[in-house]
Amino acid sequence: MTPLLEITGLDIRFATPDGEVHAVKNVSLSIGSGECVGVVGESGSGKSQLFLGAFGLLAANGRASGSVRFRSREILGTSQKQLNAIRGGAVTMIFQDPLTALTPHMTVGRQIMEALILHRHVTRAEATQRTQEMLEHVRIPEAARRMKQYPHELSGGMRQRVMIAIAAITGPDLLIADEPTTALDVTVQAQILEILKALRAEQNTAIALVSHDMGVIASIADRVAVMRRGEIVEAGEARQIFHAPQHDYTKMLLAAVPRLDRDSGPRSNHGETLLAVEDIHVAFPIKSGLFEKTRKLKAVDGVSFTLRQGETLGVVGESGSGKSTLARAVLKLLPAGSGRVVWMGRDLNDADRREIRALRGDMQIVFQDPLASLDPRMPVGRSIAEPLKSLRPELSRDAANTQVKAMMAQVGLDPSWINRYPHELSGGQNQRVGIARAMIVSPRLVVCDEAVSALDVSIQAEIVGLIGALQRNSGLSLLFISHDLAVVRRLCHRVMVLYLGRVVEMADADALYNDPRHPYTRALLSAVLTPDPDIERSRKRVLLSGDVPSPLDPRAQLRFLPSRLSGGPDYYRPKLLEVAQGHFVAEYDEAQDTRSTL
Amino acid sequence: MIATGSTQNAEALVRAVQGRSLWRDAWERLKRNRAAMASIALLALIALLALLAPLLSPYGFSEVNYDLITCAPPWWPAGAECIAPGHVFGTDAVGRDLFERVLYGARMSLAVGLVATLVSLLIGVAYGATAGYLGGRIDDVMMRLVDILYSLPFIFFVIILMVMFDRNLLLLFVAIGAVEWLTMARIVRGQAISLKQKEFVEAARAGGVSGGGIIFRHIIPNAVGPVVVYVTLTVPGVILTESFLSFLGLGVQEPLTSWGVLISDGANQMQSAPWMLIFPALLMAVTLFCFNFIGDGLRDALDPRDR
Amino acid sequence: MAGYTLRRLAGALPTLFIIITLTFFMMRLAPGGPFDSERRLPPEVEANIKAAYNLDKPLITQYGLYLKRLAHGDLGPSFKNKDFTVAQLIGTGLPVSLKLGLSAMSLALLIGSLLGSWAALRQNCWQDHAVMTLAMTGITIPTFVTAPLLSLVFGIYGVMVFGHEFTLPVAGWNGGALRNMILPVTVLALPQIAIVARLMRGSMIEVLRANYIRTARAKGLSAPHILFGHALRAAALPLVSYLGPATAGILTGSLIVEQIFGLPGIGRYFVLAALDRDYTMVLGVVVVYAALIILLNFIADILYAVLDPRVRLS
Repeated sequence: MTPLLEITGLDIRFATPDGEVHAVKNVSLSIGSGECVGVVGESGSGKSQLFLGAFGLLAANGRASGSVRFRSREILGTSQKQLNAIRGGAVTMIFQDPLTALTPHMTVGRQIMEALILHRHVTRAEATQRTQEMLEHVRIPEAARRMKQYPHELSGGMRQRVMIAIAAITGPDLLIADEPTTALDVTVQAQILEILKALRAEQNTAIALVSHDMGVIASIADRVAVMRRGEIVEAGEARQIFHAPQHDYTKMLLAAVPRLDRDSGPRSNHGETLLAVEDIHVAFPIKSGLFEKTRKLKAVDGVSFTLRQGETLGVVGESGSGKSTLARAVLKLLPAGSGRVVWMGRDLNDADRREIRALRGDMQIVFQDPLASLDPRMPVGRSIAEPLKSLRPELSRDAANTQVKAMMAQVGLDPSWINRYPHELSGGQNQRVGIARAMIVSPRLVVCDEAVSALDVSIQAEIVGLIGALQRNSGLSLLFISHDLAVVRRLCHRVMVLYLGRVVEMADADALYNDPRHPYTRALLSAVLTPDPDIERSRKRVLLSGDVPSPLDPRAQLRFLPSRLSGGPDYYRPKLLEVAQGHFVAEYDEAQDTRSTL
Repeated sequence: MIATGSTQNAEALVRAVQGRSLWRDAWERLKRNRAAMASIALLALIALLALLAPLLSPYGFSEVNYDLITCAPPWWPAGAECIAPGHVFGTDAVGRDLFERVLYGARMSLAVGLVATLVSLLIGVAYGATAGYLGGRIDDVMMRLVDILYSLPFIFFVIILMVMFDRNLLLLFVAIGAVEWLTMARIVRGQAISLKQKEFVEAARAGGVSGGGIIFRHIIPNAVGPVVVYVTLTVPGVILTESFLSFLGLGVQEPLTSWGVLISDGANQMQSAPWMLIFPALLMAVTLFCFNFIGDGLRDALDPRDR
Repeated sequence: MAGYTLRRLAGALPTLFIIITLTFFMMRLAPGGPFDSERRLPPEVEANIKAAYNLDKPLITQYGLYLKRLAHGDLGPSFKNKDFTVAQLIGTGLPVSLKLGLSAMSLALLIGSLLGSWAALRQNCWQDHAVMTLAMTGITIPTFVTAPLLSLVFGIYGVMVFGHEFTLPVAGWNGGALRNMILPVTVLALPQIAIVARLMRGSMIEVLRANYIRTARAKGLSAPHILFGHALRAAALPLVSYLGPATAGILTGSLIVEQIFGLPGIGRYFVLAALDRDYTMVLGVVVVYAALIILLNFIADILYAVLDPRVRLS
């Protein structure tokens, strides 16, 4: 049987002012009817351009050559008209970042039925009917109302479900999903993947799944192609790729992925209590209009914890959990509304600005986006030296330079790059610069705010290793903030799970991962994907229905404690209970309907 | 991974690799933009001619010669009633040398352009930076004021000012500058606000850098680009405004002159003495073209994604 | 949407008030008065005239009186054209200026956005370069150069069209006849066409690069469907924001155009009145102009909200 899509010897080149970029090199790939093929690769591997190029969707400066046959017909180089007959009907696409991928000034209902009317020639009334059914099918509640809304009125997870509805409504033969779950929270990612699997089972749609995430690929793909720098380095059955990889790059990628089922945390060696945070609150005023009342967004709503010398505390939460705000409040980069931060016995509420500036030498931070956290007009050496110069002004220029070079060597940067600029370095190298800048003043506490989240897995593994090594060598404490439970597992002694600005569970890492108590923690852990097709396909998942509610809704925190919802305007706050030595869990209702098992 | 094994040897590190700053990248891109580079050269030539104007002609710019009233240049191709030998651009209605007057007009127009732009730059940067840096309610009030001023028919205010204060030249500079600062303030504020929220500024704060250090080392160097672009595009706008006022008789007064005055005179005698319109108009158009090309070139060079 | 409209309207009124106040005091704080230039009047006569116009009262009282009258729609008498009220003078001039300005504005928006979109669709092709060079020319050559040049070419020399010599009147209003309108409207619209074309090109290029355009292409929609259904509304947003400044630009241009083409609009009155220190006339014209600009800004705000649903809610 001939395959549905057959790509042979595809080359894609982009003409740029700085010369030609060869993004995809001689790639061949086929997808059979009803089959799911995963294309995995790191940034710059050309995995997204591959399918955009195959279906004539490249940017204006891109050119594709080779052969692309869809249902045995050559489509590369055919007219736009012929391509348009295929695109959106027999072949549909889902893109990353559903906010920018949906037209902002058109209701989602119209955007869904557009393709249906064009390709399936149905009447408007029938299209409306089928659109509503489709929205219900991708589990959007109140479909009739949602159809009349604009993309910005929906949450991220719901927008991606709208994208899926657009792609699925014409009953395509092939659905191309380009990073469909990237930038979504893990619990939402799990829901989206379930919907894709269901579509495939019901409509026998072939799926081309493009992702950087080995876990996502493992959960659904039958066959896998691994791409690096525009080339497929290895392709084969999913089980073979994941269990017996041949190519070194594939082996390296698989080894770099942090895994909950294999990794274990570091041994604890606790010292004195360094930092104590007591019932801290941070709220932001949200103005909704000229005449409306200013509401308060409670980003952090009563969090307490302690951190000991040499300890790593993981702070885990999805978007809107307040984890980054918490970090900034602890570092006094943001004013806290109430509560205390006690640093080595000193209450920082009493400290004046000079004292806090002096304390910056003890507390440092590493940011998420390595490029954004470095001044683009400052050589990296000067960026690293900056805290040193402002906190130890007595240091001579030469002495500072020597220290900077030594620190660069320590974080694995070539010290001769001291005059390089951030745009000349890669993401991983820039993150090393960020770490060097934090470490140069020999701090006692470093906050890592999603410090490895924006990096490719292979780089991520290196940086995680570097952070761990720096900690072991200097005995510093870490506050490691991340949405990625598997990365946290590798580094942290203790873990705190945040939900809408409050702690729902806090325990030693082993206790939390082996014996999660709170339903939210369980859902989070259950949503983490393992790069192993056998495990992924056999296990049952605890799915949360719907999205993370808005932190502006005072009832949101009672999602897991609906029995207390009757409390009136001053809603009840779930209390933290100590269920075992050092294992704290927020109150929740045992049996509840917000959970469902699929 | 980077080779770190050899880096222990500190002596080997004496020669640090020189990085390429964004400024140098921008300069390289600008150099490749032929329109912008030609404009810079042409503008420099015009400015030089204007500066050296008194030395370039034997005639004074206000030297009247009643024997050569509205006479064509000697090389004028079409027929003319009289020819003014030695006057390369011909003469005006009272026999003054047009070449010299066009150059003096250039002096005036360029001076107004630069001074008024400087005034707008000073007010705009101070105002915009204050609003952007302080933020919050103060920012709201300050920008609301700018919004209101934006909706004013500002040219009428300049006209009223010029009428009231007897066409004072200094006032002309200040009045135009005081009007043009609004956009500058908006741009600077926008830059200040977006930069203030950048992670590298937060990183500097976390590194204990003082407020002044953040402004001078991080905010200003990063805000300079868009401001420079806007300055380049403001100068031609100001020159146009000045010539507009002069055309209405509200700007520069005789015997001083500017391109606006010359064009106004030329337009009146367009049929009988077209050279009186063509030369000042041409020079002004070329100058404005140059500024616009340089501004566009700078923008492309500093922000290459918009190509 | 209604709430939004109301809020915008509430924001516009204080602006008008501030403009009136600013103009009033600027005029009055200047040296000289409306009756300076006339032959010297006996002091008691001058005092009588001043009393008649309330000029003898303290400034703040005059201001109060002016506002009170204005609230009833009375712009006061003209100090110079003593037989007419300001309202009468503006009433005769405004229709001329409005017809001129609105025609120029419509022309600028229509031609400018067409040229700009065309250039964007042909980005970096010769069509793009041609349009952008033309636009640059339109921006750099001032109205008071194009006006005499065009009158010379079309009015005095005439142009041969299909073997017939074709001329246009270079002066006069003639009741707003089309032939009389062509030259002034063209001159007025040219710089705006150029600015609109540049704006439109920039925003269209930006929009065509957006991810949702790629989504629309992936749906198999045809090029015109994508352009009109998905791109145009978003690309038109900067144009809508430019409505206010465009009004100001056309009003400014009308000062010149009305003078050069000898048209009886209020722009000409304004320059004369400012030179004569005809307080009420200047104030009246400024009030009308400011109201116009504010109105256009208001319309722009509403249009913006219609085109972009995100604005309505936030």
